Amino acid sequence: MSTVVLLAVTGLGLGALYFLVASGLSLIYGLMGVLNFAHGSFLTLGAFAGFELTRRLGGDSWPAFVASLVLGAAVGAVAAALTELLLIRRLYERHIEQVLVTVGLSLATVALFEGIWGSDPSYVTAPAWLGETTQLLGARIPNDRFVLIGAAALVLLGIVAFLRFTRFGLIIRAGVENRAMVTALGIDVRRAFTVVFAIGGTAAGLGGVLASHYFGYVSPHLGGSLLIFAFIVTVIGGLGSLAGAAIASVAVGVLQQFANFYWGVGDLVVVLLLAGVLLLRPAGILGKKKVQA
Amino acid sequence: MTAPVLVVDGLSARIAGQQVVEEVSFEVAATGVTALLGRNGVGKTSTIRALLGLIERAGRVELAGERIDQLPTHRIVQRGVGYVPEDREVFAGLTVAENLRLAERGADATGRDLVAELFPELVQRAGQSAGSLSGGQQQMVSIARALVNRNVVLLIDEPTKGLAPLIVQDVAAALARAAATVPILLVEQNLQVVRQLADTVVVLESGRVVHRGPAAGLLDDDALTTRLLGVHTERETEDGR
Ligand SMILES: Nc1ncnc2c1ncn2[C@@H]1O[C@H](COP(=O)(O)OP(=O)(O)OP(=O)(O)O)[C@@H](O)[C@H]1O
Ligand SMILES: [Mg+2]
Repeated sequence: MSTVVLLAVTGLGLGALYFLVASGLSLIYGLMGVLNFAHGSFLTLGAFAGFELTRRLGGDSWPAFVASLVLGAAVGAVAAALTELLLIRRLYERHIEQVLVTVGLSLATVALFEGIWGSDPSYVTAPAWLGETTQLLGARIPNDRFVLIGAAALVLLGIVAFLRFTRFGLIIRAGVENRAMVTALGIDVRRAFTVVFAIGGTAAGLGGVLASHYFGYVSPHLGGSLLIFAFIVTVIGGLGSLAGAAIASVAVGVLQQFANFYWGVGDLVVVLLLAGVLLLRPAGILGKKKVQA
Repeated sequence: MTAPVLVVDGLSARIAGQQVVEEVSFEVAATGVTALLGRNGVGKTSTIRALLGLIERAGRVELAGERIDQLPTHRIVQRGVGYVPEDREVFAGLTVAENLRLAERGADATGRDLVAELFPELVQRAGQSAGSLSGGQQQMVSIARALVNRNVVLLIDEPTKGLAPLIVQDVAAALARAAATVPILLVEQNLQVVRQLADTVVVLESGRVVHRGPAAGLLDDDALTTRLLGVHTERETEDGR
């Protein structure tokens, strides 16, 4: 029983990480049709920013931890917004080129990170409580899992509230459905593109700092390895669907943990799940049947 | 007569590299309804979409004396162009109220009362998702999105397409109300509605203008109507095809 609880909570924590990456991927694809392969770099950059800050402030204090989360999120937001403004915007509607540019950016940034921080892991320090465990239904759960799950839940709520209650949110929801009609109502939809990139970058940057505590270190490849699963999650959930991304994140994270523990085949199970979903529901769990051109 | 609100001069448009509008020239009068007519597939919708910059276009377009043919779509619309697209294109996942709120252009949004008066049903259904509305109700949302703003001209593409006769009359009445205050370029297949609303007609044939003149002159001439539109007037007007 305690093992099951531990696996479930750890899986939820991993799912939370996936969601922090996948939410942005899904929103960006949904609105703009852009597959952003550079999204992992926003995460890694956020993680390194958090790492540098805690290193300077003395990593085991709570204020330093919170500040590192804020900084990671902010760095992710700025990096993503700049990527949209400087690179993606010039390639409006040219999807192949956009893919090439984001792949190129991700390769270049990984090389850049290796140049600055080296390819070895940079170990992070955190408040002692994060490394301790809490008793839950007989299982001893590492506390960082709760922080991860809480943060992802807050991000989900925040994005949902933003989409529901702000004018930009309204524009984004409408744009995901029919971008041309949004412009035909007199709205410059490109401003929403920048906002969506910034939101995705915020979640990824925050996810980067949290991932560095989950794994205990930052490496230049941190974002890339999470990005693969985040893409799978996004496809399973249905490209463009935030709720789909949330559900699929949890499903993939939990399934992966259990499969890893009992049979050691977590990644294989995830790929099988992907194949199964694509066979039964090609547009993903909550994806629209017709993908907008 | 004041200067036309919209002057279209040698407008061409292509879709996927194929020419669908060829050097079309016509004007939309400063008042009343100008009907853009023609058989299926002659390029009426494409002409309107080209005016709005929604498809690749070339040529000269002046709105109230200023050129708009180089502007992106949202800038054209911000200058006071209301658009009701051919297939309604309401945002299905948004509520009726959200569809209207999205369309409101800040200080231009002076038409809320008019919309509430013309379409009381939309007020009752404000919280309902637009995707769950009937076709007629969706058309009302689509028209309301244009009427909610103060506009310089309205571009309305087949507003009665696929609607029951009773609803067609509601829509026509709403457009007549709108036409009293803003000039309209109207694409419409239902000749009874055209007769009711239009002052001037422009007829397209394979992407070119083949006839321009007062509405009565065309609609009262059975032979001309048959030749240009491929339909007989009067008798089969209920569904317009
Ligand atoms: N997306 C598209 N791709 C390719 N060709 C198109 C597309 N849209 C329209 N066309 C072509 O452009 C021409 C003009 O079409 P358009 O929709 O403007 O005609 P229309 O006069 O509005 O017709 P209808 O009365 O049926 O609405 C047609 O030959 C049509 O096949
Ligand atoms: Mg048409």
